Amino acid sequence: MRPESEEELAALVAGARCPLRVIGGGTRPVGHPPEGAVLSAAGLSGVVTYEPGALTLVVRAGTPVADVEAVLAGENQRLAFEPMDHRALLGTAGVPTIGGVVAANVSGPRRVQAGACRDFLLGARFVDGAGRVLKSGGRVMKNVTGYDLVKLLAGSWGTLGVLSEISFKLQAIPEAEATVVRRGLSAAAGVAALSAALGSPFDVSGAAHAPAGVLADEALTLVRLEGMGPSVRYRAGRLAEAGGEIVEAGESADLWRRIRDVQPFAGRAGALWRVSVKPTDGPVLSERLAAAGLKHEALFDWGGGLVWLLVEERGDAGAAVIRAQVAASGGHARLERASAQTRARVPVFPPRPAPLAEIEAGIRARFDPRGIFNPGLMG
Amino acid sequence: MHIPPPRQSLLAGKAALAARLRSVLPDDAVIDDPHETRAYECDALTACHCPPLLAVLPASTAEVSAVLRICYEEGVPVVPRGSGTSLAGGALPTADSVVLGVARMNAVLEVDYANRFIRVEAGRTNLSVTGEVEADGFFYAPDPSSQLACAIAGNIAMNSGGAHCLKYGVTTNNLLGVTMVKADGEVVEIGGAHLDAPGLDLLGLICGSEGQLGVVTEATLRILHKPEGARPVLIGFDSNEVAGQCVSDIIRAGILPVAIEFMDRPCIEATEAFAHPGYPDCEALLIVEVEGSHAEIDAQLAVIKEIALRLDPVELRESRSAEESAKIWLGRKSAFGAMGQINDYMCLDGTIPVSQLPFVLKRIGEMSRDYGLGVGNVFHAGDGNMHPLILYDANKPGDLEKCEAFGADILKLCVEAGGCLTGEHGVGVEKRELMGAQFSSDDLEAQMSVKDVFDPDWLLNPAKVFPLALSAGRRSAA
Ligand SMILES: Cc1cc2nc3c(=O)[nH]c(=O)nc-3n(C[C@H](O)[C@H](O)[C@H](O)COP(=O)(O)OP(=O)(O)OC[C@H]3O[C@@H](n4cnc5c(N)ncnc54)[C@H](O)[C@@H]3O)c2cc1C
Repeated sequence: MRPESEEELAALVAGARCPLRVIGGGTRPVGHPPEGAVLSAAGLSGVVTYEPGALTLVVRAGTPVADVEAVLAGENQRLAFEPMDHRALLGTAGVPTIGGVVAANVSGPRRVQAGACRDFLLGARFVDGAGRVLKSGGRVMKNVTGYDLVKLLAGSWGTLGVLSEISFKLQAIPEAEATVVRRGLSAAAGVAALSAALGSPFDVSGAAHAPAGVLADEALTLVRLEGMGPSVRYRAGRLAEAGGEIVEAGESADLWRRIRDVQPFAGRAGALWRVSVKPTDGPVLSERLAAAGLKHEALFDWGGGLVWLLVEERGDAGAAVIRAQVAASGGHARLERASAQTRARVPVFPPRPAPLAEIEAGIRARFDPRGIFNPGLMG
Repeated sequence: MHIPPPRQSLLAGKAALAARLRSVLPDDAVIDDPHETRAYECDALTACHCPPLLAVLPASTAEVSAVLRICYEEGVPVVPRGSGTSLAGGALPTADSVVLGVARMNAVLEVDYANRFIRVEAGRTNLSVTGEVEADGFFYAPDPSSQLACAIAGNIAMNSGGAHCLKYGVTTNNLLGVTMVKADGEVVEIGGAHLDAPGLDLLGLICGSEGQLGVVTEATLRILHKPEGARPVLIGFDSNEVAGQCVSDIIRAGILPVAIEFMDRPCIEATEAFAHPGYPDCEALLIVEVEGSHAEIDAQLAVIKEIALRLDPVELRESRSAEESAKIWLGRKSAFGAMGQINDYMCLDGTIPVSQLPFVLKRIGEMSRDYGLGVGNVFHAGDGNMHPLILYDANKPGDLEKCEAFGADILKLCVEAGGCLTGEHGVGVEKRELMGAQFSSDDLEAQMSVKDVFDPDWLLNPAKVFPLALSAGRRSAA
């Protein structure tokens, strides 16, 4: 099923007699593989309104991400949250859609400074499980009218509703970027350096650490600066006083594209975890996992707080030990990539404490009373 | 503004309820003297007032939980309250409700610079959060003009913004986690020092839910290091259209000022008479502030000046010192007070697409003549969040009603122009009955069904946000 309009989408959902597997481009098959007839949003495509002078874009949910980026680039603007492309990492093909980005709340390295995908959503229209066309928010920069259901839809992986139209707050593409690169630091020292940079007045827009062998033979600790040329040069210079060399423009952009897409772990065998913890807990987690006998490779983004863990895909793929460590410090771990068999055995999304599980179940029951949208995908 | 009539059974049960509450709270934390409950009869929407049945001032999450458990068992509505600065009547009680104030919960629980967060009790005032970390160079970004008084609890409930939100976002973009007590007394922890939600984004839902989903008792907030410097420039134009054009040209040029404030002629004249900031005599005035290192400030201001000069401004005044910066901001900061000198006023808060600014200002001017009430406009222009101040005379019979009707028309105009009813003050009781102008009944039903999940008996702030007729069935089922 591939509706071409919101009305058609609503009618299809209202008339559905079986579960629906809701997809955009199908390039992010994270979660428990749901059963059901495929409902693709890719037919709902195109820009509805774009006001560069107001930094706002309204776009249909099935629009390819590449088209959105091209339209914005034409006005020297972009999506600030830097969504990753999952294709190489997950070994998928197809055309990523903007609705898929929102449904998965996909945010890249700039998350630490600018915010997540959910922070740039001004409004959305969607069809709920009863086939009602609903809206929340709007297309203006500031709006506190009614509950913020848009946040709820972001990161709900299509389980609460099918997005039809989304409004974004945009960002201007800065004139320049540069990255301060330090070599050979341990993970703990690297993350400490990232904390220092993020806690400086220099408005850091990316902070990552790649242990030896991940991005290069040596460990690399990277801090990105963006803005007007003289300002970037000045701030990079100030941060490089603590050590490190400065790379600019294309070379810098290339580094961050590889981090954004977790490129070092693409095409590598093994299961992949995506862990969010307090930044200084990132390296501690890695040490404790090693001490507990879990062999892994790690890539630290978001100042240390986003940890990509590549582990051997055996047994529970490390689920018990990873989740126990994360629970001890606070945070959450998602099994981003594993075979269907492993994902059928191991909860992909972190199990929720009882009171929150109850609230989430209550919300699902209201938005999708028949349980037809991607049943079981989030566990 | 209509306040639903109290339930007689609840009024009759006052003494017994007070006694039960005193069994879980210290004596002085339960306020039942009718003279003292008057202190809680309104918030900053002073035109509406109604003393509550009782007020309680718990000092811990455990005490909040105990209070809510009792009210849940007794079926008593609860109105959460921070500092009572809501301009939307968000903290307005009903006569049969218990006001639950979190003012005694104001401790700092944890400060962590390496991970850039602070954890506080929710009654702490906004400004004193920054106060706690300022000496170390850090700040908490959302800065409502009421920041000296308003509490983090109220900021979270209203998803409050501030003058600097163009760059740093509003409360929801700076909130990492909360401890919240549900209507039945159950304590839940949502989020924390890490980023993003593991399941559904409940934190994003709770922020801006106007105290209807739970009582927030603690919050983890993102803190940032202050930039090296900031500098404003003042630009006067002889028409609103050209000033609006200037705003959108600045944004298109890729500059992101921390603030772009706009004042129209009535406001400029009022502030000039009141605070003497030395503003130019013109139709529209912009204050644009940029931040960063000195090099960055210079570079950004050069672009802004070039844009402004192309538009033939009446005046362009760049600050060269801290005193000059303060003088530029002085008028803007005293604008509300200045308008208050002229008469009573009602402050509106609709948002419009920036491109609609000239059209909406023109229409407001026409409506002002039709209604015979003066209006001044001072607002955050970068994000289209307007604050028309309608002048009226509270002592003149019929003036308040006329003012309310004018206000409603302006907000409907904002919606028609592609915007919304409220950009940062919230719906509360003030805009409750206008929600149908922005949302379909299905949209509102979906929102109310979310409240059903958290608060099935509709005990928390029940008569707010949704049109009374729409929520009637749910409220009376309790
Ligand atoms: C002069 C002035 C200037 C202002 N400027 C701005 C501005 O620039 N930007 C802006 O956004 N707002 C502004 N406001 C509005 C107001 O200050 C904000 O809405 C503020 O966040 C309210 O905080 P409070 O602590 O006073 O909350 P209250 O007024 O006490 O309550 C506000 C809402 O929060 C709920 N609530 C309170 N505590 C809790 C809790 N613990 N748990 C759950 N819900 C709770 C209440 O039920 C109510 O619905 C201004 C107000 C004034 C008077």
